[in-house]
Amino acid sequence: MRTARPSPTLPRVTTVGPPALRLRGVTKRFGDLLAVDHLDLDVPRGICLGLLGPNGAGKSTTMRMVTAQVRQDAGTIEVLGHPVPHEAKQARARMGVVPQQDNLDGELTVRQNLEVFGRLYRIPQRELADAVERALALAQLVERQHTTAEQLSGGMKRRLLIARGLVHRPELVLLDEPTVGLDPQVRSDMWGMIDALRSGGVTIVMSTHYIEEAHRLADEVAMMSHGRIVATGAPQGLVATHAGPVAHEFYGPPARLAEVEAAADAAGVAHRRTGPSVSLIGHPPPEWDGRFGDPVRREATLEDVFVLLTGEAVE
Amino acid sequence: MTSTTTAVRDDPVTEPTRAIEPAALRAVWHREWTLFVRYWRSTSFAALVEPLVYLFAFGVGFGSLVAFVGDVPYVQFLGTGIVASAVLFTSVFTGMFTTFVRRVFQRTYDALLAAPIDVHELVLAEAVWIAAKAGVYGCAPLLAAMLFGLPPTWGMLLVPAIGFLTGLGFALFGILTSAVVPTIDSFNYITSGVVTPLFLVSGTFFPLDTAPAWMQVLAWVNPLYHCVQLVRDAVFVDFGWVDLVHIGVLAGFAALMAVLAIRQMRRRLIG
Repeated sequence: MRTARPSPTLPRVTTVGPPALRLRGVTKRFGDLLAVDHLDLDVPRGICLGLLGPNGAGKSTTMRMVTAQVRQDAGTIEVLGHPVPHEAKQARARMGVVPQQDNLDGELTVRQNLEVFGRLYRIPQRELADAVERALALAQLVERQHTTAEQLSGGMKRRLLIARGLVHRPELVLLDEPTVGLDPQVRSDMWGMIDALRSGGVTIVMSTHYIEEAHRLADEVAMMSHGRIVATGAPQGLVATHAGPVAHEFYGPPARLAEVEAAADAAGVAHRRTGPSVSLIGHPPPEWDGRFGDPVRREATLEDVFVLLTGEAVE
Repeated sequence: MTSTTTAVRDDPVTEPTRAIEPAALRAVWHREWTLFVRYWRSTSFAALVEPLVYLFAFGVGFGSLVAFVGDVPYVQFLGTGIVASAVLFTSVFTGMFTTFVRRVFQRTYDALLAAPIDVHELVLAEAVWIAAKAGVYGCAPLLAAMLFGLPPTWGMLLVPAIGFLTGLGFALFGILTSAVVPTIDSFNYITSGVVTPLFLVSGTFFPLDTAPAWMQVLAWVNPLYHCVQLVRDAVFVDFGWVDLVHIGVLAGFAALMAVLAIRQMRRRLIG
């Protein structure tokens, strides 16, 4: 459940004007590898879009094309109305980027890291100190502001990376796998931070391969597989449309599970392996009548949808 | 391109213009200054002590064999010569190692390029900063040589500018090689195969007008030789038309390296 808590950033929010992101026919090859394949994507302002897919689906490449750090081979990209890469600098000035890997200036202090980016983002000198204070408060690093970045813990570094991407109050924020490699407590803190940002009205595009993350934070999810978007929509809507409300998990020895799969195929019911069980997406056919024991009933998830649509697992 | 949508093919990917925004350069310099403030003591100590060691060892030791080069005492000949070495080492090694570490290990450039700055601005800002440091630290050998009796002249005031121009070319050369080599160990080839020969065949330790003709030809294509000549002409206030040629070679070297370094860094940083 989201709560609209007051955000210390008070971002500049505009809901008028061109969409935050508009991609048409965007294609990128790396040698023989087709990383992104004729991708179309629209992100209206003010939403949090989760780009969901397994590693190698093309999420990071897509994000890097949006900042023009990777050049598309074909297709058009518009960021807040700026064509990219042609007006990439204007576009980058209005967006914030939070990378997956730590690329802070380890030798500089927390404060200095923010100051350097404040200048890069052309914050006028007289406003710079305020902007840095605001970012420090957001990252909850006021007390650590004179610590060098290399001395921070993993969670603090991630918070500083986010604050660095927000120091200039961008209209659009790109978060690349914001919680990958973090322990559960830190991940949950990070979700709070992202949620506060979203509640403040900043448009967020977040790549993730965590179902739960997409489910909790995203207003809209774009499922990506092999460089293409296979489905978009609100998480609940996607589940309702493609998987229905429930799934049933059958447990048993491997031979039994194989029988369940064969029977499900024969009955035309979608199913997938879920660890030690087979999940039937939807209800077991009535004629089974307890043949494979009592299944465990659960809600259908985005993961079910993803597997149904792509045949691959996300996580 | 095997695109199936004609709309895509008709709309080529337009590259941005290559304007240079002063604000972008200033932001990089601010970052450099912040780092420099942390390390200036050790850097400056090395810059001052090294020429003193050279002058003492070579000037006093070797100078007992060779008292004069032309009508210049050997220790003064050497002191003016190692201005160029100080400029070379300050600029080329910073260009090579620092740039490599920031691009590959620290991924600093990746972070910067997500903000409104382009590769050419980043490369030029880094090179100008390194060159400015080379210009300043290039004066350290002169100060050391004065302790060994080099008389001050007004021409010495031009030395930082000569050091800057030379340092710009070598900083960009270093940045270029940092974007060419596959691993940081490969710098050994550049250091031994390029930097050391440039350093030795530059007229720093011995005059080249008595050297074999092939060595003189090599010296003329060595930018460092032109730096050495300019520094001596400035310090001894002995200018001639040939100094314009020296300046031209150094400027041409810097311009060529700028084009190559920017192109190669763009290849490495933009996918």
